[in-house]
Amino acid sequence: MAQRIDVKDLNIYYGAFKAVEGVSMAIEARSVTAFIGPSGCGKSTVLRTLNRMHEVIPGARVEGVVELSGRNLYSKDVDPVAVRRTVGMVFQRPNPFPTMSIADNVAAGLRLNGERNRKKLAEAVEKSLRGANLWNEVKDRLDKPGAGLSGGQQQRLCIARAIAVEPQVLLMDEPCSALDPISTLAIEDLIEEIKTNYTIVIVTHNMQQAARVSDRTAFFNLAATGKPGKLVEMGDTSKIFSNPGEKATEDYISGRFG
Amino acid sequence: MTAQTPTAPAPTSRPELDVLSGSRVLRNQIVTVAVYASFALAMIPLIWIMWSVVSSGWHLLADAGWWTHSQRNITTDKVGGGAYHAVFGTLVQALVCAVIAVPLGVFTAVYLVEYGRGRLARLVSFMVDILTGIPSIVAALFIYALWVTTFGLQRVAIAVSLSLVLLMVPVVVRSTEEMLKLVPNELREASYALGVPKWKTIASIVLPTAIGGIITGIMLGLARVMGETAPLLILGPYAAGINTDLFNGPMAALPTLIRDNFGQPDAAAVERMWASALTLILIVLLLNVTGRFVARFSGVRK
Repeated sequence: MAQRIDVKDLNIYYGAFKAVEGVSMAIEARSVTAFIGPSGCGKSTVLRTLNRMHEVIPGARVEGVVELSGRNLYSKDVDPVAVRRTVGMVFQRPNPFPTMSIADNVAAGLRLNGERNRKKLAEAVEKSLRGANLWNEVKDRLDKPGAGLSGGQQQRLCIARAIAVEPQVLLMDEPCSALDPISTLAIEDLIEEIKTNYTIVIVTHNMQQAARVSDRTAFFNLAATGKPGKLVEMGDTSKIFSNPGEKATEDYISGRFG
Repeated sequence: MTAQTPTAPAPTSRPELDVLSGSRVLRNQIVTVAVYASFALAMIPLIWIMWSVVSSGWHLLADAGWWTHSQRNITTDKVGGGAYHAVFGTLVQALVCAVIAVPLGVFTAVYLVEYGRGRLARLVSFMVDILTGIPSIVAALFIYALWVTTFGLQRVAIAVSLSLVLLMVPVVVRSTEEMLKLVPNELREASYALGVPKWKTIASIVLPTAIGGIITGIMLGLARVMGETAPLLILGPYAAGINTDLFNGPMAALPTLIRDNFGQPDAAAVERMWASALTLILIVLLLNVTGRFVARFSGVRK
């Protein structure tokens, strides 16, 4: 499992608007990479290009190369649906499927991809819920609606749903921004646990969170509103937070702007 | 660098929290009275209609023969017979109409919300708007021109159903469209992110989430076409006997049964007219209640 991602000269557009310019970076396997930066700098946009979710927005397109273990995700013969099966995603707001029970939510990815074997599905549900540290809280009410859980539980349910399809990479787009500190802690512990098996990329506005959970940090910035966002620098989290190479990074992490 | 704090305007004096504005209380009372009065005014015709239909029609409905017999061999001056033939016709014509119109309408709405971009989508949407505005008699005349004049076929129940389809499709499209738009985009994205193809996302996530509202829309559409009379006048001649063949011979329906008994001098006919009207109201009511019931127990789980 777990593969590395290499991004080369990535330009991202929404229609005619160039949102992100010239991003090149390496995301190591079995590690947590954090994307930080002010609002509108394009960090979520970059994240969404890593599993080709960017292009579901009408008019959105990408130039450049994103390689998953050497395979370009944007070459003509690659199926975006298969990419998303390999590179999973957890969103900012918990979004369990409202028509489904807790168990069905977790099994959704497998079932909708054709798995019919009930025993296998039940095993995957338990394994994923355990993996997401939610099993003990919900094991007695697996057939209850997923929307009835608390916000933090719902987000862990979404993580369980994402890891149930056994992706290689897990993308997280501000997964804790709608959660209270205790739920946030639960998610961060979870990230720490699962990074032995997954490559994790997390977008966060919370600098302490980036410092706590990530091994490497990428700082994005934009020159001005309406200008494209750029990758300013990327490096080991300890270095970025203690001894950044760029003035802009230092200003941002020390709270002087943004 | 400390950001320059812009000076916000400071409150000038202490707000008076304990003074109730007299004019606001007055306006509140005027609007409250107006709202309740409008509600009462709107209820008057509703209750009036229900009262006159129920009081003049209910005792025929209480007779079991009403639901099992037709009007065969019963002239307008004679008491007796039932509405079975017309109830059957109304239900079957509406059902056939729904079987055609529901898939057509739902698929069109899915196209417009999930796939449609650019000129074709705008054109389809515009066409649906036009269809919404077509008077029922024009829809019936169109089917007459096609079915009878062009193809030389008879005026039979299936032709009635086809003209009802024209009236039901826009209702289904518009209501389904609204319901699909209410499904949050995050659910679609969550499904895509699991590697689920778009068509499967629509079939397994989007439609089930919206199903309650879609069913309600279908029921409203059905209720509308069941009371339609113009297509029956043009395409569905009345018959006093039971006809179960969609493709042969005239088939009765409740509106034409009402029409047949309307304007007759005999008390028996007048009574039958009211009873038929009440039957139609009850069927539509039952349909609506069933629709709401089904909608409540499907789709989003609470």
